[in-house]
Amino acid sequence: MQIELKLNGRSCKADISPDMRLFDFVRQQGCASVKCGCETSNCGLCTVWLDGTPVLSCSVLAVRANGKEVTTLEGLQAEAAEFGAFLADEGAEQCGYCSPGFIMNVLAMVRELKDPTEQEIQTYLAGNLCRCSGYQGQLRAIHRYLQTKQEASHE
Amino acid sequence: MNKYVSTPVRKRDAMSLVTGQPVYTSDLLPAHCLTVKLLRSPHASAVIKNIRTETAKKVPGIACILTWEDVPNVRFTQAGQTYPEPSPYDRLILDRRIRCEGDPIAIVAGETQQAVDTALRLIKVEYEVLEPLLDFTKALDNPILVHPEDDFKALCDVGADNKRNLCSCGINQDGDIEAELADCDIVIDQTYHTLSNSQAMMETFRTFTQLDAFGRLQVTSSTQVPFHVRRILSNALQIPKNRIRVIKPRIGGGFGAKQSAVSEVFPAIVTLKTGRPAVIEYTRTESMTNGSPRHEMQIHIRLGADKDGTIRAIDLHTLSNAGAYGEHGPTTVGLSGHKSIPLYGSVQSYRFQWDVVYTNTMSGGAYRGYGATQGIFALESAVNELAAKLNIDPTVLRSKNMVKQGKVMPAYYGEMLNSCTLDKCMEKAKAMIEWDKKYPAQQLDNGHIRSVGVAMAMQGSAIANVDIGSAEIRLTDEGFYILLIGATDMGTGCDTILAQIAADCLDCDLEHITVQGVDTDVSPYDCGSYASSTTYLTGMAVIKTCEEIRAKILSQGAAMLNCEQENAEFDGAVVRNLKDGTSVALSEIGYVSLSGKYPVVQACVSHTSPVSPPPFMVGIAEIDLDPETGKVELVDYAAAVDCGTVINTNLARVQTEGGLVQAIGMTLTENIQYTKKGNLINHSFMQYKIPTRLDVGRIQVEFESSYEPTGPFGAKSIGELVINTPAPAITNAIYNATGLNFRSLPITSEQIAMGLLKKQTNG
Repeated sequence: MQIELKLNGRSCKADISPDMRLFDFVRQQGCASVKCGCETSNCGLCTVWLDGTPVLSCSVLAVRANGKEVTTLEGLQAEAAEFGAFLADEGAEQCGYCSPGFIMNVLAMVRELKDPTEQEIQTYLAGNLCRCSGYQGQLRAIHRYLQTKQEASHE
Repeated sequence: MNKYVSTPVRKRDAMSLVTGQPVYTSDLLPAHCLTVKLLRSPHASAVIKNIRTETAKKVPGIACILTWEDVPNVRFTQAGQTYPEPSPYDRLILDRRIRCEGDPIAIVAGETQQAVDTALRLIKVEYEVLEPLLDFTKALDNPILVHPEDDFKALCDVGADNKRNLCSCGINQDGDIEAELADCDIVIDQTYHTLSNSQAMMETFRTFTQLDAFGRLQVTSSTQVPFHVRRILSNALQIPKNRIRVIKPRIGGGFGAKQSAVSEVFPAIVTLKTGRPAVIEYTRTESMTNGSPRHEMQIHIRLGADKDGTIRAIDLHTLSNAGAYGEHGPTTVGLSGHKSIPLYGSVQSYRFQWDVVYTNTMSGGAYRGYGATQGIFALESAVNELAAKLNIDPTVLRSKNMVKQGKVMPAYYGEMLNSCTLDKCMEKAKAMIEWDKKYPAQQLDNGHIRSVGVAMAMQGSAIANVDIGSAEIRLTDEGFYILLIGATDMGTGCDTILAQIAADCLDCDLEHITVQGVDTDVSPYDCGSYASSTTYLTGMAVIKTCEEIRAKILSQGAAMLNCEQENAEFDGAVVRNLKDGTSVALSEIGYVSLSGKYPVVQACVSHTSPVSPPPFMVGIAEIDLDPETGKVELVDYAAAVDCGTVINTNLARVQTEGGLVQAIGMTLTENIQYTKKGNLINHSFMQYKIPTRLDVGRIQVEFESSYEPTGPFGAKSIGELVINTPAPAITNAIYNATGLNFRSLPITSEQIAMGLLKKQTNG
């Protein structure tokens, strides 16, 4: 079947099978940042935005994106690098396999929550698993990132 | 002065990882790659009577379907270990006999996933289902044999006897253990049990293969052991090693799982049969049912001490469950004793015995800690039970008995302990958590109990006299360096850490060192990244290589300046004639070295170590326990670590934090359960619950560095050590909160609540 959508700002038409997952679709379109870590919607690696809202692309049919706007880390390179630098400065990206899905959710969080508390941050990101870092360095990176953004907005 | 060593240098590949660049195995697939999937057995024990693939082969897009009749009939091991491997050769690519749930029955390759899925459904298999042997405590000499075959082969004398279900057995001892125990005032006699936990690295097993322009098999794989994979494939496929090239791209985590060649053979044989590129990507369920998890162990300890708390004797027997195949079976078990007993320098006599048995459960492998984790859980728990019996603070009991620098360790291969700050780690960890204020427990107003618990740990740094690290450095014509290594960065950061070491040795900017990861055609031989060896062993190889290339640079520079070497100096940028002040730049030396007038400036040095210096740590857990529900929340964890000199302060910290959290999962939530038929229940993240960020409280990490004379810049290892303290420390905290001793992992809320209820009922 035919779908038409915007992928990272680019118009995109495709003829797809009705049971194709959004995950397979975006990877087929060259968005290699999107990873799969489970088949049970538990790990958060495949997080993309659908009309700006984070979704697990392994659990969304590609056809659901028809007429919508899909964003992956490929479409947020400047922001990924900006936040990613804080993660890198903690050494907390480690193997990096969960980083894209995690960063998609962090960037969604900063759009959605104003001055989030530590509890709010942890709850918002609870669905993003990481087996390397123990989460501590990720949290330090988020705090430093938010602090820097806040200082910049006060200037 | 060190410019990079002991600083928090950012990982060289960090920015490409955080911006999601296509650098992992699945991101690099060649065009028109066949999808490979496996038909797996639903039974834990069976023999294939008949298998029919004709209909499945007719599915459009199917390129090949292979069964046991189509593969070499020569047994091999998937374990990535130095030859001759201690793991028995007990496996075929496809076997008529099924030894565990998920054992592969057929390899199906096709143009699309849909075609392969359809074909998988159309293969008809007739099984003779056999009674499985699932209880590893009953495996030895059981009438059910897991490996009845006559071509079972053990290359090393590890005590294997397949006609007894024995993968390995052995004994080490020092002194008269029975006499020593008989003379002790008190003996703790208990048995402890740990499960076959899954590494759960975020990237599951995956490999793609293709033929290169010369018709050689080119393997790109998410592996920790590229050179071992080359040999394993050669054994399994019965082709010469020189026909195989293995490339390691970025890896999405390993933790030891990828120290076995779990996925490589399947696409490789498809490529050989079809000439086509082929890829296999394990599902999470496949990774959990047929991966290479931690060995389940039952450890029986007799711990003898005097009333004053002097620990005098340790008798430890480990029964390890190899599962269906023997990968890493004979070696992981060794660490359960060799890397627990030496923690206690006061011990006068010890005995360590082991049996590793085959069962029809999933086959074990290497998982961070490699047996030490299981042994330390058992021994440290026994020591905590001893402290409680003697009414001595468990930190005080440990300080009294712990091993000290300068001691010879009879239970640790007789090695001398050259670097150890375990005593300082204990003091530091106690201060970090305010032990003296909080021990043992306090009742909170909401009915919860806050308590603390402690444990010590050690590991090794590489396998002495066995592991080999190598480095090659080339000076290019523009005066920068290329550092080739055979060690595998799996997110741990060794590509960066080894460059830090090289930059300091060569007095240059880090940017002047380009690191190339592993390609077995190009990289110098290295056994790979495991056994906590990379920084310690390959780090030393880098230092030696730098020394050699510095000498070559100086020699050529002096020749170009027409002076004696004794009168010349290399400062990292130029070689200077100390007499007349003239100099020649490194870029010029590099350029001229390629002109044919001088020898090419490059060096390649291997390194092996006669010792395996142990890193040490102390971990203290503070928990909040709700007696009504049994729920344990980790409030705080204090870790004081002696890994020698810390080479990269950020990466060592994150290693520690990550290892602690993995072990928190092992202790509280990561369960492994089988049905009566031998089917694994916990085969996805739904049932196998690894910690989320909500499951861990504060984690504090501090370093108490010793200086290890045989390590690079005084460094020892860190990667595995850090997974060893949480299980016994949290178990101890639960005891201090409830008075209940748990000796089997994981300790679930239900068990705690039921334990408290039972205690109440019994009054």
